[in-house]
Amino acid sequence: MNNTLWGMEITADQLLTGFGDTLYMVAFSLLFSVVIGLPLGILLVITRNGHILENKWVFNVLNPVINILRSIPFIILLVALIPFTRFVVGTAIGTNAAIVPLIFYAAPYIARLVENSLLEVDKGIIEAAEAMGATTWQIIFRFLIPEGLSSLVLTFTTATIGLVGASAMAGAVGAGGVGDLALSYGYQRFDTMTMIVTVFALVVIVQLLQSTGNIVSKKIRRR
Amino acid sequence: MIEFQNVKKMYESKKQTVEALKGIDLVVEKGDIFGVVGYSGAGKSTLIRLVNLLERPSEGRILVNGKALTSLKPKDLRAEKKKIGMIFQHFNLLNSKTVFDNVAMPLILSGTPAKEIHTRVNELLEFVGLLGKAKNYPEQLSGGQKQRIGIARALATNPSILLCDEATSALDPQTTSAVLQLLKKVNREYNITILLITHEMSVIREICNKVAVMEGGRIVEQGSVFDVFAKPQTEIAQNFVRTVIHDEIPQSFKKQSEGNPIIWKINFIGANSSKPLLSTIAKKFDIDLNVLSANISEIQETPFGNLIMEVTGEESEIKKAYDYIQAENILVQEVSVHE
Repeated sequence: MNNTLWGMEITADQLLTGFGDTLYMVAFSLLFSVVIGLPLGILLVITRNGHILENKWVFNVLNPVINILRSIPFIILLVALIPFTRFVVGTAIGTNAAIVPLIFYAAPYIARLVENSLLEVDKGIIEAAEAMGATTWQIIFRFLIPEGLSSLVLTFTTATIGLVGASAMAGAVGAGGVGDLALSYGYQRFDTMTMIVTVFALVVIVQLLQSTGNIVSKKIRRR
Repeated sequence: MIEFQNVKKMYESKKQTVEALKGIDLVVEKGDIFGVVGYSGAGKSTLIRLVNLLERPSEGRILVNGKALTSLKPKDLRAEKKKIGMIFQHFNLLNSKTVFDNVAMPLILSGTPAKEIHTRVNELLEFVGLLGKAKNYPEQLSGGQKQRIGIARALATNPSILLCDEATSALDPQTTSAVLQLLKKVNREYNITILLITHEMSVIREICNKVAVMEGGRIVEQGSVFDVFAKPQTEIAQNFVRTVIHDEIPQSFKKQSEGNPIIWKINFIGANSSKPLLSTIAKKFDIDLNVLSANISEIQETPFGNLIMEVTGEESEIKKAYDYIQAENILVQEVSVHE
């Protein structure tokens, strides 16, 4: 009990490791979720009626699938995916194992948020691009994404914060992280001090993320 | 240059089919500034979008530079589109890019070397008079400046045709005039054919040489701007002409006039508008003239005007004066105060 801090049952080391684990989980699940969610979000925009790659089939399949994934509560997703996680990671518990359900949670969320951000881009800009004879790729990368970038940054900020919250629940599969400490010490062992410190830590993380996102988004918008 | 052959456009929804264009025949020749005027919903917006295939025709053929764009492969179509510039009512500039990058965009898309882009963009910015704004962002510019940038961007790939989609409708009258003069300069200096759509007859008067009047998906009247202004055939064309050329008896006169005053409406076209008609008839005949409304302007560099006046005097003298004007080959007609 020598290393305990402010009367908590956990040591400073444990708290630091928790921080590291949270960061690790959020960073990797965010990376994969963006890699999956961003193209899906773009597809949702460009395949809709009247857009550059209008395709009823793609849109009408993708749209409900994303809705279904988004309606499953994370804690259920976590458990339901155990066989799949075991297949991919080799184990169903631990930090790496938690990343799989986190991706399933965040990728459709990001797809939807990206869709909303890109729909804000003025249709006139797309029309101008088409009039210039731009290819579909050029329209996406030279017009759609640059024009929606400032909004996309806020989108990814929201998604990251969502992941911080979800990663706390991943404690249920022994994923570690700040949220795990809050659950297993603060909640289950009635260690009020740990509860306060960990929750405070989460508040700080979320605040930092949001402020950074706002600053970056504003910087892109510039005016 | 641009030719519409019985072009129809239908929009189908679940419940009904709307026919936006009901058979359009139109020829825009090289060097023209061709204006299409109509109220909103007339189909002019659809018409201009068919030229560069932002919309596809349901029936009929459109030839641009002798080619039917609908039959081209995507790659060839993109190449053809680079020969057609377009500017828009709301400018459609990229807010995330500088003025320079906006103008450079069409060149970037076609993979032009950076050095060439630099030269060309500066040349274009100089042409539109905004070289100093290269590093600014569109949001820092006024509406008129944004449209100038839009014009510079549209000219980047050296097009032979410029499409103007209500290009001045979001601008105030002074700025409108400046932008129109710039378009005229584009037409003259680069020999670029311009097709524009507008709901303002003043735009047609200021720069066009040919005009088509649209109503309900059809072209109801077309011809040289001068002819349409001088003798509008359809009611809608007459209404449009009336928005810029006022030839009605003033309301105030109608209210206070008693009985049946004799009122003449005289149209001046071209050379005869320079003759001193009024003073001549006032001297020659024993009549009094009271001018109620007059306006003379220029269309296509030809004087064009009309005059409404009240005539008093002996009936015989009035008759002689009337015959004299007619003999001078000037269009005169008697109109009633009570119509």
